[in-house]
Amino acid sequence: MSEKNGPGGQRGAERAGTAMRASVAAKARKNRPEAIRLGASGVIFHAANTVILALFMIAVLFPLVSVISRSVSSPSAVLNGRVTFLPVEPTFRTYLYVFRDRTIATGYRNSLLYMGCGTLLSVILTVFAAYPLSYRNLAGRRPLIFLFTFTMLFGGGMIPTYLVVRNLELINTMFALILPNAVIVYNMIIARTFFMNTIPAELLEAAEIDGASDFRTFFGVVLPLSGSIIAVLTLFYAVGLWNMYFDALIYINSQSKYPLQLVLRNIMTSAQYQSQMVEATGQVSDAEMMAITEALKYATIVCASLPVLALYPFIQKHFTRGIMIGSLKG
Amino acid sequence: MSDMQSHNADIGGRRAARRKKRRRARYLARKHWQLYLLLAVPVALLITFKYVPIYGVQIAFRDYSPAKGFSGSDWVGLKHFINFFSSHQFGRLLSNTLTIGFFTLLANIPAPIVLALAINECRWRIFGKTVQMVTYAPYFISTVVVTSMIMQFLAMRGGMLNGFRDMLGLPAVNLMADPSAFPAIYVISDLWQRTGYGAVIYLAALASVSPDLYEAARIDGATIFQKIRYIDLPSLMPMATMLLIMNCGSVINVGYEKVYLLQNQLNIERADVINTYVYRMGITSAQYSYSAAIGLFNSVVSILLVVAANQIAKKASETSLF
Repeated sequence: MSEKNGPGGQRGAERAGTAMRASVAAKARKNRPEAIRLGASGVIFHAANTVILALFMIAVLFPLVSVISRSVSSPSAVLNGRVTFLPVEPTFRTYLYVFRDRTIATGYRNSLLYMGCGTLLSVILTVFAAYPLSYRNLAGRRPLIFLFTFTMLFGGGMIPTYLVVRNLELINTMFALILPNAVIVYNMIIARTFFMNTIPAELLEAAEIDGASDFRTFFGVVLPLSGSIIAVLTLFYAVGLWNMYFDALIYINSQSKYPLQLVLRNIMTSAQYQSQMVEATGQVSDAEMMAITEALKYATIVCASLPVLALYPFIQKHFTRGIMIGSLKG
Repeated sequence: MSDMQSHNADIGGRRAARRKKRRRARYLARKHWQLYLLLAVPVALLITFKYVPIYGVQIAFRDYSPAKGFSGSDWVGLKHFINFFSSHQFGRLLSNTLTIGFFTLLANIPAPIVLALAINECRWRIFGKTVQMVTYAPYFISTVVVTSMIMQFLAMRGGMLNGFRDMLGLPAVNLMADPSAFPAIYVISDLWQRTGYGAVIYLAALASVSPDLYEAARIDGATIFQKIRYIDLPSLMPMATMLLIMNCGSVINVGYEKVYLLQNQLNIERADVINTYVYRMGITSAQYSYSAAIGLFNSVVSILLVVAANQIAKKASETSLF
């Protein structure tokens, strides 16, 4: 058995080696004095490089800032195209309408519920799957891993999956949204790579020699050391569930259960919905109604991305780490 | 005779070894029952929601009726496939799908590499970090929000695009109503959303380049361009090849969520791909077997593309996914 696991173990060691080399290289790069000498062409290169970076940044930022600006500009300025980049006649009035809207509030509540329950379930199950599969002496480990990774390559597709969910009578329940993709195999592989690379095998052996059961080793030794991977998984799943649209479109059919993304979509496309919303604001003239409708769209777009954008500075560090673990896996 | 005997002994020895191995496996399995218990729920979900649907793919060859179930419905062979291939939709869907998929694939190779190299070469660290953080942000914005933004920007009244055109004295255009603009809208917004994400992956690969190489380049007096040409780019090649292989499947498996969200009655001629058609036929019109057949065709072609790309890459560069 141990011989059979030889190659796997070796590859694991190689992976650990790559990870270590990566961090050493990063450190070395930080301390490295100007490695390549900077001639006249170098100066030009760096000027050009800075311009390229600035262009990338502007290309990404422009639409984002412009949406935020439009959401806080006066509705008539938005409709007449007077807003390009910065807010014109700033006002937060449209946000008041958005906050007062009953459907948006319901959507927010539903999305938070789906995100909370789904993330909790997914993180627990992903870790539960990843740890045993990272354990080198587990009989049948390879076929089990194949069982998971095969689904990355081939699946039944939208219709058979829909029929399974329907036959289980999960349509129009939260479970249709959180159960089918509870364990995303890519995330499971990241977690497994983390366990293999960062939890020292000696530690597990020591726990085993001390007579600890697998449960005790897992909950008492491994999990306390796995804070960072749990953070990465939590963020991966939470963002995915918050942004989910298509599953909800297929599986949820009563409006009271719509997540926020579906509500946002309705606001963007349904004229009937828009007029309902504007009527609630008490505007009378047609021109005013049209202007408010436009401004409302922008404010709703901002509100729907708010939770993710607010967490972004914190999230991006962990996401970067997750991608690094994932890519070092090779 | 003695040959025979030693041969038998050999077999016996091997058999004994195999038995021993099996016994040890059984012993380990019993000892680690708790680990299998941890795996139980994830595996149960995997089987229910991934493998049962794979078993259910057979409805592509049957006339599915809910009462008779996956394996009890009437067998019709290739009827649904033939219907699809001979329908007037087929050519249109395939060409739309391949156009969008191919240009998305093509555009997404150079952009993240250029961004990663630029960030890597940036001497002003805080600026580089900021660019990385900002360009990565759109990846977390939901498809619904992105498509809503696109529709707002391209709107006839108050949209940003027509604002610019107005400034330049050009007449207003409605690109959302122009079928021929659809592939460009899709590809450009995809670039906007994913370039930063791709760059992070390449930056990870650049961080693992051995510092010895840079040291040697410095001693040899290499210029920045030589360093990029002979060290950075070659060390990004394996990652680029792997991503390319993986993404080959998406040439036909185009992200249907975004296409669906950008569709309207005016642009549907070009804004309809195989996957959105599957949704319309399957979920909206309840033609389960017909749409399952189209879905199966889609995933088989997708796998073939990945495997073919993998073989080509293996021959050409010795990098491969599997």
